[in-house]
Amino acid sequence: MAETEMQLAAKSPCAGLLPLTIGDVTLTEDTPAAMTLIAPYKGQEKPLSDALNAAHGMGFPAPNRATGNAEARAIWFGRAQALLVGPVADPKLAAHAALTDLSDGWAVVRLEGAHAEEVMARLVPIDLRPQVFKRGHTARTELQHMMASITRIGPKALQIMVFRSFADTLVHDLKRAMEAVAARG
Amino acid sequence: MRITCPLCGARDHREFTYKGAALPVPALDSGVAEWDAHVHLRENPAGPHEELWQHAMGCGAWLKVRRNTVSHEILAVELAQDAGLVIKEDRS
Repeated sequence: MAETEMQLAAKSPCAGLLPLTIGDVTLTEDTPAAMTLIAPYKGQEKPLSDALNAAHGMGFPAPNRATGNAEARAIWFGRAQALLVGPVADPKLAAHAALTDLSDGWAVVRLEGAHAEEVMARLVPIDLRPQVFKRGHTARTELQHMMASITRIGPKALQIMVFRSFADTLVHDLKRAMEAVAARG
Repeated sequence: MRITCPLCGARDHREFTYKGAALPVPALDSGVAEWDAHVHLRENPAGPHEELWQHAMGCGAWLKVRRNTVSHEILAVELAQDAGLVIKEDRS
């Protein structure tokens, strides 16, 4: 019997779908090395924030805020939780919080361009214009019917995250909105 | 209708899910009659009503909302965790 050789290759959530440029808006995929959900234990918010600062150089984010930078970001991810995006979480954090590895669980895309907010205005029920939704701001909200995390990562750039299983739908909805905005000129 | 989530701010009602009347939970050793009333008997007011909503498409928090059932005016919102609805667990 012939021997079958199998090779497993990692596939990113938006593989084969991105990048995409329509008009002056581009949509690209980000593939962070690791994503970890951090849920502080009761009364441990302060020691956790200190430990996070010592290990990764950013404090635990307040609601609707993200801390850190492009390499290592802590994004507020809902009531009493944050997502560490980039580095593998320091095991020392486990003394103060429940850590859950979500590295393969979320699709991460970057929407960039002068009309990025106009694209998003067709999909989400909140105001993402730069004078309202500033650098360091983040929001948990609905994108079409998907629960999304949206973070401003540049003057004209937004990071959008949805469950990995919604990656295809996310790209489809964003593409349609990008086409509609571009068609208006 | 918009609900002002104490964490996220004012959001469209599409982000929220109705979870029922906000009732204090009876003590675990309450009698059958009290539990029956808690589970089955509801006021149906035309006016202000205390209820639970979850910000399911947002931060996930459960909220205690005071809503006018006639006008849908939202009169007060607080996190359910602060609303004193849960029975204190006896861990002794």
